[in-house]
Amino acid sequence: MEDIEAVGLLQDPVRRRLYEYVAAQGREVGRNEAAEAAGVARTLAAFHLDRLAAAGLLETASRRLTGRSGPGAGRPAKVYRRAAGERGVSLPPRDYRAAASMLAEAAEDARLDAAVQAVARRRGEAARDPSGPCADLDAARALLERRGYEPYLDDDGGPVLRMRNCPFHVLAEEFPPLVCGMNLALLEGLFGDAPELAVRMAARPGLCCVAISKTSED
Amino acid sequence: MTGHHLAQLNVGRLRHPLGDPRSAGFADALAPINALADAAPGFVWRLVDEDGSDATGLRPFGDDTLINMSVWESREALWEFTYRSDHLAFLRGRRDWFEAPGGPHLALWWIPAGHVPTQEEAVERLAHLRAHGPTAYAFTFREDFAPQDA
Repeated sequence: MEDIEAVGLLQDPVRRRLYEYVAAQGREVGRNEAAEAAGVARTLAAFHLDRLAAAGLLETASRRLTGRSGPGAGRPAKVYRRAAGERGVSLPPRDYRAAASMLAEAAEDARLDAAVQAVARRRGEAARDPSGPCADLDAARALLERRGYEPYLDDDGGPVLRMRNCPFHVLAEEFPPLVCGMNLALLEGLFGDAPELAVRMAARPGLCCVAISKTSED
Repeated sequence: MTGHHLAQLNVGRLRHPLGDPRSAGFADALAPINALADAAPGFVWRLVDEDGSDATGLRPFGDDTLINMSVWESREALWEFTYRSDHLAFLRGRRDWFEAPGGPHLALWWIPAGHVPTQEEAVERLAHLRAHGPTAYAFTFREDFAPQDA
């Protein structure tokens, strides 16, 4: 399916609520749970979830949700999670990804990590919330949410913000140290006026490479 | 691909000797990073010298050049360890500790599962990569050769 058609499917408000709910969980979601979250009947949710899966926006699997297996465990349930592929529509056509990839390869080969980080730090500083520094993890979470990082609160011996989405994903896979270093500098710039927050690199599978925690426990 | 494992060789010319305070960031991180590798999903083997903790005593490329060599169950396993663990933060110091390599400094190649790669074999694979560019015989993370291509 063409990107524009897949994106167009999300115009339906129920479908969009279902998609956003599944995407935000970062795990497999069953039909009942999705229906409840979207406030619609299970059959309607199932219909729309399958439309989204057919369009490639969601991926499906079969799971025995009770954790039982073998005879008597019941039919496996269909579960959904956000598909890994990216969708984008640009009118008129633009290809900033190809341009970014070329620039990144040149920067990597010329070992421009420090220069790239300096730019990213300045951009981060310029993008700070005009209403003032983030006082806590909740404020940081809201700011990161607006920038597309899909943050969530995790527990790592204390509260820590992790991010399900890397806005630079394709580039970060191509040139990890360069692009993850750039992303860290960007976020250091963004939160550089917030002494309560510690921004550090803590790469984990499937997540953004940065984690944010409080500098002091209270 | 259960029949194949991925072998890896990395070389780096130190800017300052290992005992120099300017190399301390690297030297101090070696033990924890090696422990992280040993415990990483898909880790199979890594080269160690006579001391048995790391490969810093082995210098086939010259006195100032360190090597590390390891074997992984898959390309993904090595990639995830290299770039999606605390090893990524460790990599950020590489410009401070090592000279800018003039050519490829990492070689990857497929081996039959169970084979333990030798230093000679690794040196030869890197030489091939440097002479001929990435092929299924020796490649880098920028390519994605399958074991059957080799």
